[in-house]
Amino acid sequence: MSALFANAAPGMGFLGGLLIGIAGVVMLLGIGRIAGVSGLAAQATGITGSDSRAVALAFIIGLPVGAALVAMARPIAVTFPSSLAVLIVGGLLVGFGTRLGSGCTSGHGVCGLSRLSPRSMIATGLFMAAGFATVAVMRAFGWV
Amino acid sequence: MRAFIALLAGTIFGAGLALSGMVDPARVRGFLDLFGTWDATLAFVMAGALLPMAIAWRVQSRLLHAVSGDNFALPSTRRIDAPLAVGALLFGIGWGIAGLCPGPAIANLALAPLAVLPFLAAMLAGMLLHRLWAAQR
Repeated sequence: MSALFANAAPGMGFLGGLLIGIAGVVMLLGIGRIAGVSGLAAQATGITGSDSRAVALAFIIGLPVGAALVAMARPIAVTFPSSLAVLIVGGLLVGFGTRLGSGCTSGHGVCGLSRLSPRSMIATGLFMAAGFATVAVMRAFGWV
Repeated sequence: MRAFIALLAGTIFGAGLALSGMVDPARVRGFLDLFGTWDATLAFVMAGALLPMAIAWRVQSRLLHAVSGDNFALPSTRRIDAPLAVGALLFGIGWGIAGLCPGPAIANLALAPLAVLPFLAAMLAGMLLHRLWAAQR
């Protein structure tokens, strides 16, 4: 296991994943909604209509609050791409793509896959494949 | 009450993103980098997240309404169409380019606000562009 996962943090990854899943459970069973971040972000900002903007806004505010709580207990290293163009092009594609495709890693990837939704299975397969291919191309051009 | 539950869920979600390392664009890109020094962490995160959700869906199917008393407001579309596929592909390309998806980007407002701001602004612009484009069709 150690050779293949030399760069990975399996334990912390799984533990953090459990928390993400539990958050999804709280949304689903607690108030009957999907914990899909792209959709909730669009509702919270008023970019798409919502019957409960307060719910969306509260969830979105919680994200940095939760990250800040963990950061108080242990140092969290984040390394961003140094190129401004990379961040802007990436952001535009993520914003447009998640609205067009009705979801992102959380909505399709976590909530949809666990529901065995055919739409989410296809979306997750496609955005994973596109992600792998994009980084492979960037590597081929020496941009990674 | 509903907003409080959502705040709680968002906070747990953000804590999970931070604890799992998914707030780090380099780590996410490391997962997508099959030909580099591959980092499998994201697969363990997915496994951990899917487990409680898979159980929750089984519970949900037996409930008439949520704990709050609200009716379930769940996606009901079943059509596999071009917008779903093209949207997922565009999202995947952007995800690969920057190493960021919406959840970690927003959570980073607490960790690296200045660094994540250009991505977040562009992401909202992309969502707004989609709205304008969809309204024209």
